[in-house]
Amino acid sequence: MTASSNIADGCAAPDQSAPIPASVDLEKETVITGIVTNADGEAVGGAYVRLLDGTGEFTAEVVTSPEGVFRFFAAPGSWTLRALSRHGNGDLTVDATRGVNEVGLSVAA
Amino acid sequence: MSRDTALVSADWAEKNLDTPGLVFVEVDEDTTAYDGGHIPGAIKLDWKKDLQDPVRRDFVNQEQFSALLSERGISNDDTVILYGGNNNWFAAYAYWYFKLYGHRDVKLIDGGRKKWELDARPYSKDVPQRAATEYQASAPDLSIRAFRDEVVQAIGVKNLVDVRSPDEFAGRLLAPAHLPQEQSQRGGHIPTAISVPWSKAANEDGTFKSDEELAKIYGEAGLDGSRDTIAYCRIGERSSHTWFVLKELLGQENVKNYDGSWTEYGSLIGVPIALGDEPGKA
Repeated sequence: MTASSNIADGCAAPDQSAPIPASVDLEKETVITGIVTNADGEAVGGAYVRLLDGTGEFTAEVVTSPEGVFRFFAAPGSWTLRALSRHGNGDLTVDATRGVNEVGLSVAA
Repeated sequence: MSRDTALVSADWAEKNLDTPGLVFVEVDEDTTAYDGGHIPGAIKLDWKKDLQDPVRRDFVNQEQFSALLSERGISNDDTVILYGGNNNWFAAYAYWYFKLYGHRDVKLIDGGRKKWELDARPYSKDVPQRAATEYQASAPDLSIRAFRDEVVQAIGVKNLVDVRSPDEFAGRLLAPAHLPQEQSQRGGHIPTAISVPWSKAANEDGTFKSDEELAKIYGEAGLDGSRDTIAYCRIGERSSHTWFVLKELLGQENVKNYDGSWTEYGSLIGVPIALGDEPGKA
């Protein structure tokens, strides 16, 4: 099957700071990854990052690693990332293409 | 059942951490979060190691459940307060087990770990030691558990609620790509099932939506209040979340969780399957 699914939609999300597994074909996959930072530019671990589709509908959610890293396996198109944390929340729209899409996501109270 | 008896707020939980007779329990599929810090005084249950039978494909039976709770120091008279990650999926699954085995007083913390974290409430790494008890589980209450034959007979007769994502419902995906061992043989959904993803029932902070909002969501999706209901997902955890909403929050009669869910149904020989975004015909 094609692996256009996200990683948090079924069960516990894998370790967000781990390298992308060798089995993931970046020619086919659309990876959206980045770091959540606070107003001082510091990484925010334990933040909840939600992936919303083009209509704003919830698709997946992961928790950031201690280094603030999150990652989704999505599909090409327009997505909204929404981060929730004890330091505040933040949003970002991403037009993702195949391969790795790196973004920065800041949160503020 | 209602919101008042089945659910407590994070605020209530924090104010009652030392109240006698309460046992806080974190439940997750991956318990590393507990090890890194948990609600002060909470013990942990590992959904896979503690609550699944190690050999048969089933969850722990009456004797195993009794032995587990005895060893963890939970008594029949305790009020069990459950919470966990993943928007309380596995905590809701455990809630369903506690109900199935007749525990009298069990509640969920609204929003689980996520709400606790977003509220910046305190964690502890101390693991409490509780004296062993002699827990006696009741015989399983099968009025809340659906098995496969019953599910096949329910097609076109009862409400079937598929709580997976729209792509899993349609058969475009079998399962999240990182869990190939839990894939079914075929994609799609049980004919006549309505699609109401579990996430529709939750706010973004993980708390449940209001009773009014919930009633509207399932009503508009086509849930017929005069019929019995069976909820399913892929392995039964997300459908426990929806079972909790329908049975415990909205107080509907005769709601069952089909814990075999799509990993069982989608591997059965000869059963009907519908593809695409519509429920399909019986």
